[in-house]
Amino acid sequence: MAAIAARALERRYKSGLQAVAGIDLTVEPGEVYGFLGPNGAGKTTTVRMLVTLLRPTGGQATVAGYDVATQPGEVRKRIGVALQEAALDPLMTGVELMELQATLHGIPKGDVVARSSDLIERVGLVEARDRRVGTYSGGMKRRLDLAMALIHRPEVLFLDEPTTGLDPVSRLTLWEEVRRLRDEGTTVFLTTQYLEEADVLADRVGIISGGRIVVEGTPAALKAQVGRPHLDITLTPDADIDRARGVVSPHGELQPPTEDVHLRLTVDHGSASIAPVVRALDEAGLTVAGMQLVEPTLDDVFVQQTGSHLEGAGAPAA
Amino acid sequence: MMLVATLALARRALRGLLRRPQFVAPLVLFPTVFLAVNVGGLSRTTDLPGFPHVNGFLDFQLSAGITQSLLLGGVSAGIAVALEIEMGFFDRLAAAPIPRVSMILGRIAAASVIAIFQALYFVVLGLIFGAQIEGGILGLLIVLVIASLAGTGFAAMGVMLALLAKNASTVQGIFPLVFVILFVSSAFFPRALLEEPARTIARFNPLSYISDGMRDPIISSISWGTVLEGIAAALGLVIVFVGLSVVALRGRLRDA
Repeated sequence: MAAIAARALERRYKSGLQAVAGIDLTVEPGEVYGFLGPNGAGKTTTVRMLVTLLRPTGGQATVAGYDVATQPGEVRKRIGVALQEAALDPLMTGVELMELQATLHGIPKGDVVARSSDLIERVGLVEARDRRVGTYSGGMKRRLDLAMALIHRPEVLFLDEPTTGLDPVSRLTLWEEVRRLRDEGTTVFLTTQYLEEADVLADRVGIISGGRIVVEGTPAALKAQVGRPHLDITLTPDADIDRARGVVSPHGELQPPTEDVHLRLTVDHGSASIAPVVRALDEAGLTVAGMQLVEPTLDDVFVQQTGSHLEGAGAPAA
Repeated sequence: MMLVATLALARRALRGLLRRPQFVAPLVLFPTVFLAVNVGGLSRTTDLPGFPHVNGFLDFQLSAGITQSLLLGGVSAGIAVALEIEMGFFDRLAAAPIPRVSMILGRIAAASVIAIFQALYFVVLGLIFGAQIEGGILGLLIVLVIASLAGTGFAAMGVMLALLAKNASTVQGIFPLVFVILFVSSAFFPRALLEEPARTIARFNPLSYISDGMRDPIISSISWGTVLEGIAAALGLVIVFVGLSVVALRGRLRDA
């Protein structure tokens, strides 16, 4: 049974805006699914339907085996949700919020304190646990939000743009936590507008544009669709370029050079191809002045599918 | 689960209110100032023909102060819910496996507790400044019961408005209307002394019966007819506005 399954899922608002225009997706148990797209693509609307905050106006979706429209209560028992902008009560302390969340999820009174404390420790908020959330940094709020979403050990975790607006260190901390959840077998549905986030964390990525999934697959497979990685090589001015072409040609497929580089070599093994190429040139007495490995990105995939760039393509990497 | 969730959310609402003094203070400060001005400037009103026999104008005005404070409590509950909607906390609650009606019942239940303390504040204030509770302990209990019921009804009204308006500033904008409704009731002056059309409006205004119901045990021995009318009016508000707020909640969750 799929952890999440959607068929022709649609949402049209009263204004007539069709935010989601027929989404089909399947997320297997234990999978981290990255839902990638620019602002306004329909990511959040899709998540809100899957977590039962919004009724679909068409199609059907199940989460943890239950229909989001007809069995929302069963769905809510089995999901953890961390929505955009970490909606936390600033007047409550971290531990008070954890305990409230535990109570609302029906966790037995005797377990509430222990489970809250464990999760607070896990997300590194022990020292801040008794401080009001209003005094937390953005990263701390996100970590608390994540801990709250995990309080009832959900089968499926929804993270809606969990690192938007965070500094690189906080982003990295959250990434580590998502990886840990993946290792523990939790299904994670992660929306993001950051390419690198989807690339690094997701087992599979669905790229959404205009309310539809335009392409779906593993990050490696998607990138392979748009091209193979290549090495851009610059040699010293006195180098014999023709000889250099002969030296590197066994290591890949030579492409026409550009104005800035002397050699462009398509390679199959990414960064693992660098050392043999450098060694071959060195042994031939040719000095490398510069070398860069250029790999296709998910933005290239997005451009190929939609003709435009992802807004988050330039977001700072962690 | 409904009871557990409602109690947990009521506890949170109470805690939040106590931690936000800027929300608590206006509930009692403004009606206190109004009470002081009224009692100081209009105390000779008791000499007017038709004015009921009272120990003093303060005794008569206490229930007006309480009613005014409770109405402000309703506005405050509405603003709190509107802020929860604005900041997304409402969505967090909606995504939890709780009966959704407990999302608003917790806030309303908290208001019913706060209402008791609001009424107690005015009773103690009155006693300090020379008022008497003619109905004794039973009279005080009647005041607290009606206050708690009325506070619940006003809070439900505030919550309903918040669910319809979805933002705090709109709920806040309703504040002046609250006073218009209060002024066309018998809260401040006996109905017999009001001019038309205020007198007729006051006759159909539930605030008149709530104020009169709380006033009766303060200014005289208990007249059960007046008290029961007060309880019925307050209970009516609870039933109507809790019902309407549940309808508004369903609409809000459906159209979110």
